[in-house]
Amino acid sequence: MYGNTEKIAVKQTTAAHLLKNDRAGESVLVEDESQKNRKIRVQVISGQILVGILIIGLWEWLTRLSVLDSYYWSSPGMILATGWKAATQGTLMTDLAYTSGATVIGFLCGTLIGSAIGLSFWWSSIYSKITEPYLIAFNAVPKLALAPVLVIMFGIGFNSKVILAFLMTVIVAAMAAYSGVKNVDKDLEKMLFSLGARKHHVFFKVVIPSSVPWMVSSLKINIALALAGTIVGEFISSKQGIGRMILYAGQVMDLNLVWVGVVVLSFLAIVMYLGTVGLEKWVLKNKNHE
Amino acid sequence: MDKLKIVHNSKFFRKNGQEFCALQEANMSVADGKFVSIIGPSGCGKSTLFNIIAGLLKPSTGQVLLDGENIVGKSGSVGYMLQKDLLLPWRTILDNVILGLEIRGVSKKEARAHALPMLKRYGLKGFESHYPAELSGGMRQRAALLRTLLYDRDVILLDEPFGALDAQTRLFMQSWLLKIWSDFKKTILFVTHDIDEAIFLSDEIYVFSHRPGRIKAKVKVNLPRPRNEEALTQLTFSQLKQELLSMLKVEQEIK
Ligand SMILES: Nc1ncnc2c1ncn2[C@@H]1O[C@H](COP(=O)(O)OP(=O)(O)OP(=O)(O)O)[C@@H](O)[C@H]1O
Ligand SMILES: [Mg+2]
Repeated sequence: MYGNTEKIAVKQTTAAHLLKNDRAGESVLVEDESQKNRKIRVQVISGQILVGILIIGLWEWLTRLSVLDSYYWSSPGMILATGWKAATQGTLMTDLAYTSGATVIGFLCGTLIGSAIGLSFWWSSIYSKITEPYLIAFNAVPKLALAPVLVIMFGIGFNSKVILAFLMTVIVAAMAAYSGVKNVDKDLEKMLFSLGARKHHVFFKVVIPSSVPWMVSSLKINIALALAGTIVGEFISSKQGIGRMILYAGQVMDLNLVWVGVVVLSFLAIVMYLGTVGLEKWVLKNKNHE
Repeated sequence: MDKLKIVHNSKFFRKNGQEFCALQEANMSVADGKFVSIIGPSGCGKSTLFNIIAGLLKPSTGQVLLDGENIVGKSGSVGYMLQKDLLLPWRTILDNVILGLEIRGVSKKEARAHALPMLKRYGLKGFESHYPAELSGGMRQRAALLRTLLYDRDVILLDEPFGALDAQTRLFMQSWLLKIWSDFKKTILFVTHDIDEAIFLSDEIYVFSHRPGRIKAKVKVNLPRPRNEEALTQLTFSQLKQELLSMLKVEQEIK
């Protein structure tokens, strides 16, 4: 995890190189993990693309043959055409920006504030023990069921969507950070105190870094939860957003447009997922080289 | 005057409603610059005593005097290396070693510049930017010890620093420690289970009895310094070893 594989790899090649000079003509097998991994990666990605193309092709084919009723199932071709129209003449692009904006803002606020709450539990065990049951109880509340209340409280605009996304993520983030705090090695704390540290030294030098992997582990779940929160908010009542577009299309029986919404949301979810994976990598890397 | 004095230190714990004594009436006096070892059966309160001296634990009775001043409950007055190496896995060796300086408020850059020559000089050359997981056990112990040393207190407590090492590495580390000790002129308190190690390193050895931990004897080691492996074969050495062994054996039987 904290490895320095590159350096070692360099050493190995030079070693093999020397050996090769000694034994001209013989082939020397060098175990190269990274090359193996690269090869596997290429195979995996091309396999994934192939499966995707197969599914889409099958969908198109079955609807053309009328095995699937294209009124309900639409078809990749029609979705593309409707989507293009919605993007160029309709409001698809602004809807997309609206939904992703609310999701990302809610996610970031939820993660930051949630993590801060979880980490704060380290400072006092009495405070954390009093709070913990309420945290668990609040986590069990189906927050989406609160959506109508929130929309009335915060209006049908952008704010209520952000709040929903925030509520969906904040407790998960807090619990993840709290697990991290609970797993901090007590002896590490002791060691720091023996070096004359005060509580805040221990907090910043030990508690936060050793909780980072725990906090980061909740990011992927949280981005999906945030998106779900935003969409439900838009379903309840909204003037913009992909959720509202889907709801509207359903009401006017434009099932092609519903499919466009679903496909766009899937892509949004994938992009956001990849974004969090990148964020995760970046955080863990910076932690190693703070 | 004694550098470190331990006066009537006792520690009681209550576990499941039952009180027991982990350390009973410990009295020690350690002169400046001495190397003092503590041996005794497992669970006899050696680490407890160290935690008390380091100010991480308050004794139930008694005082700890450093240069005549009571340091009970004051952490950071002495250097303390706990039973594990406790290097932070997310920091490089260099950044682990400067931890004490950092806490004291020295800037990272300055601390690194100060520590780097030490790492080079004491056997960690080329490993400054490695992470603890990439190092051997002996190297990790060296890093942990240098961290304690850089914290720069007159008295250093070492709790079984070489307990987990193989015999070969252990011998090497003992000589290494003696070199550091003579270079830095520290007062060292050293816990070990290994009688050879205790004799080889120390000026004085305290023998602890089985629970409740009591100081049973204090033995002087009259071997000339500087010492090398030859000391291990001298007559004084084997006589002393015999004496200590029989003391500890009585302990085992009582147990
Ligand atoms: N915080 C604590 N609460 C209750 N009991 C404790 C506590 N710390 C230590 N003890 C008990 O005190 C006794 C002495 O422990 P200590 O760790 O000082 O022994 P030790 O001599 O260092 O043993 P070892 O050689 O195995 O390291 C043990 O029986 C231990 O269980
Ligand atoms: Mg111990």
